[in-house]
Amino acid sequence: MDGFGGGPGGRGQGRLPDAFLRPGSSSFVEFLAEHAPDRLPGAVGAGPGGSAGTAGVGSGQGGYHHELAPHATTIVAVAFDGEAGGVVMAGDRRATAGPMIASRSIEKVFPADEYSAVGIAGAAGIGIELVKLYQLELEHYEKIEGSLLSLEGKANRLATMLRGNLPMAMQGLTVVPLFAGYDLERGEGRIFSYDPTGGCYEEREHHAVGSGSLFARGAMKKLWRRDLDAAGAVAVAVEALYDAADDDSATGGPDTVRRIFPVVATVTADGYSRLPGDDVAAVAERIAAERRERGSLA
Amino acid sequence: MNMPFYVSPEQLMKDRADFARKGIARGRSVVVLAYDGGIAFATENPSRALHKISEIYDRIGFAAVGKYNEFENLRVAGVRYADLRGYTYDRSDVTARGLANAYAQILGTVFITESKPLEVELVVAEVGRTAEDDQIYRLTYDGTVADEHGHVVMGGQAEQLGRKVGEGWRADMTLGEALRLAVTVLGSSDSGTPRTIEPGQLEVAVLERSRPRRAFRRLTKQTLTELLAQEQGAEPGTGDPGEPGGVAAPQAVPAAPEQAEKEDQTEKDEQAEKGQGAEGTEPAGGTEPAGDAGSAEDTGPQGGSPQD
Repeated sequence: MDGFGGGPGGRGQGRLPDAFLRPGSSSFVEFLAEHAPDRLPGAVGAGPGGSAGTAGVGSGQGGYHHELAPHATTIVAVAFDGEAGGVVMAGDRRATAGPMIASRSIEKVFPADEYSAVGIAGAAGIGIELVKLYQLELEHYEKIEGSLLSLEGKANRLATMLRGNLPMAMQGLTVVPLFAGYDLERGEGRIFSYDPTGGCYEEREHHAVGSGSLFARGAMKKLWRRDLDAAGAVAVAVEALYDAADDDSATGGPDTVRRIFPVVATVTADGYSRLPGDDVAAVAERIAAERRERGSLA
Repeated sequence: MNMPFYVSPEQLMKDRADFARKGIARGRSVVVLAYDGGIAFATENPSRALHKISEIYDRIGFAAVGKYNEFENLRVAGVRYADLRGYTYDRSDVTARGLANAYAQILGTVFITESKPLEVELVVAEVGRTAEDDQIYRLTYDGTVADEHGHVVMGGQAEQLGRKVGEGWRADMTLGEALRLAVTVLGSSDSGTPRTIEPGQLEVAVLERSRPRRAFRRLTKQTLTELLAQEQGAEPGTGDPGEPGGVAAPQAVPAAPEQAEKEDQTEKDEQAEKGQGAEGTEPAGGTEPAGDAGSAEDTGPQGGSPQD
């Protein structure tokens, strides 16, 4: 037992600032805004409520930013009832910077916590940073309070965080997340969509966001059925992404050469689980085979 | 003209130390000990919501004795410290050593400068990749840090109980053996005849080495009953999160262990970092701090503040 008074010297960082010991909320974002606002995503040296100084400038220059920053594209979510309810979320793997493909293997669907998933479309860098902070926000709450937030609570929390990105959205660096989770109280999968200003809307049955969302929504309207089970919902999600990739240049289809397939995750009472790559490949190949057989031009 | 009484620094420090020690000794002890699959924390705590043992970060656990409001404040500070550090740098840059240093600074400064020292004693433990990498730090009210190996007891009669743990502890104990030792020792804290502590009266958590990300897990009453009842040698499933018969997940997350394992196999890299598995924490209902806890507990001289 080698005691050393006051801890070892070395890179002494002194005492923790008082903010750490102040009784306050269980929100990590609020703590960050108070203690280290410069580390918030998209912060231009602005604290909470402070104007970023650049808001509203160049709101018409979206095109420019599309070339500057990689953009993530299509995310779909499909709710299912089956014997155990839940929700499937899937995202393609492409990120674009203007007409260029910035990444073929980006991942845009993440676990938000054990019982929810979040996918992002729009400015990839800001979106991924936002997701990272959001995951931490939920985990932080869970550790401090010792209990999970309700599903609406999680959805609203994401809306608040998105609102913080409004100055960046005004400059064309929009992030549009899609949130889906398993509601432990109701025992069903639920989907929430957002607009860039932080509006939060609950969706029924299925939803899609991103550049290919129009085509994906069209596909899901035709494919979704009330009696879908988990596997059926996965097939609907993958096929909707296939349709989106078919007609939207910014959405990547299944890449059989490099073996890159969409990220597909299911959230049920058992929690978040990502489908193994081989399983997704099998679904994607089956869909491609069916379409080949149909011989349609579409 | 009134001159203040002169009090020598030695006397002042001694008085403060005595005050803090008295406050801490009133609380029930916490036993922290390493077993073959990680680090176990155990204490007698009838409350389901007011924890003395908690999760700080992926591989770091926290245990405390003393005044609830004071160590709860330190716990929250630790969670903030760890989360901020992990967010600023990387999850792997959050270490028990850094956290112990931060706590030591707080405790040391309060001991010297404030009118009253913090009546708490803490353990910060981190489970490493191998047993050699495990770290257990014990922090006392004056900011002293001790790097412990294998086991530590704090709280009332810490020395006496620590000796007992030291006699019975081996590095390769299974979880069941380690917990039986811990509970026996906790039960012998009153100087009279040894008591048997019911599993419902125990708060037990482990940092499990084999978990992919968040290693902290509370043991439910049922799991605990099974583990404590087992005879030596028969030990199904401990340290293996995938085996249903052994250490079950917290009740609220029924399929979590299999879940975590499956994910670990299928996508090892990014996903593992991205925030899998909330299985580490058991939803424990609302944890409104201090206030209502105090009234139920026996009261110290601070008038109604909880003492363990």
